[in-house]
Amino acid sequence: MMNRREFCKKTMIVAGGLVLPLAAFEVFNPKRLMAEKNNNDDKGNVRWAFLVDIHKCVGCGFCVKACKVENEVPYDANATRTWVERYVVTKDGQTTIDSPRGARDGFTTQQIDQAHHGVKVINPETVAKAFFVPKLCNQCDNPACVQVCPVGATYQTGDGIVLVDRSWCIGCGYCVMGCPYGVRFFHPVYHVAEKCNFCYHRISKGMKSACVDACPFGARRIGNIRDPDDPVTRIITTEQVNVLKEEFGTKPQVFYLGLSREVK
Amino acid sequence: MKNHVWRPLLIVLLVVCGILTARTLVVPDDFGIYERGYMYGWHRKSNEAEWKAVRVKYKTARVCAGCHKDKHDELIKSAHSGINCENCHGPNYDHPKDPLGMDIDRSRKLCIRCHAHLPYKGTLRGSIPGIDPEQHYPSAECVLCHIPHNPKAMNQKREVKS
Repeated sequence: MMNRREFCKKTMIVAGGLVLPLAAFEVFNPKRLMAEKNNNDDKGNVRWAFLVDIHKCVGCGFCVKACKVENEVPYDANATRTWVERYVVTKDGQTTIDSPRGARDGFTTQQIDQAHHGVKVINPETVAKAFFVPKLCNQCDNPACVQVCPVGATYQTGDGIVLVDRSWCIGCGYCVMGCPYGVRFFHPVYHVAEKCNFCYHRISKGMKSACVDACPFGARRIGNIRDPDDPVTRIITTEQVNVLKEEFGTKPQVFYLGLSREVK
Repeated sequence: MKNHVWRPLLIVLLVVCGILTARTLVVPDDFGIYERGYMYGWHRKSNEAEWKAVRVKYKTARVCAGCHKDKHDELIKSAHSGINCENCHGPNYDHPKDPLGMDIDRSRKLCIRCHAHLPYKGTLRGSIPGIDPEQHYPSAECVLCHIPHNPKAMNQKREVKS
């Protein structure tokens, strides 16, 4: 028979044991701790960032074409890593947006493609402003898409690029839903999550992303934000730049010059 | 303790051992946390090298200029200087080995990407010399009259002939 004192003692021990988190039993590895500390001190000297100048974009779509070819996204599939949106704002405050086939063939008419709502033609007299907005992966500092991956198939490299491991992705689509910018899709051939990676194979060789090289107007630029002398970094730090959906707290690293409030 | 306690415990133990063994077999050796920490860093390290190994298709105008200096010099003096050779001539790959010749896009569709006039004041597009593709010689290719490497507004080829 257990008396009250003994019962209380044992209850305390069991409750105490349950409260102790499993992490308390982890044996610290001083080498790993040192490595993590050093990593935080000098975070490497490369962190890729992108700069889009909306004033310079004419909606030719050469960037989309080059991206699809360079990154082997099937040319006729209606899926693309980067795309260009056209915003037409009329004087009565209405905004109409389109991006036919991601603007792969550019914008060549005034007809605005409204998908199943048909085609909309806006009288040029009523247009208050119109502009083109290139979109691509923001390589966020807090990538929501990475956080939601249940298998560790998508991750961020030390230089800030979010990649997808095609052999490890199970195609659950959490990341496609998790990205606030809608940049992810399923690759039509590999059937795994696909996204822009700033042409990681090019930038890691000292080249520029395919869309940057393809842009005839210099509307797209890429640079290393940890290098204060980088021309892109200088613009980001000294001029009026903005980012998309800052309120989501993802810390996007694609900066826009001339971003209008209509842009979503 | 009694048998009815040990037996299920043993089964649980076997299942746990089975899972742990399967884990060591299935999970690659280089799967770990790496630079971006516990939240964003989980991955197979060798995948980074796989992405870096993707073939570069667009080699940029700098490579083209290595052999086609005359064409390159002509282009950079013109109003089309900002356009990369490969935008019209197609991606370089390993030209001249593979492909031997380039598949040049001389189509009207290519030119009107910029030169179909859109009346958007305040954008660069509004100020590019533009045409209405349905009115301006709809059945002709632009290159019949205009020289892309040295464009001017008038009918250039006639000018060249005269």
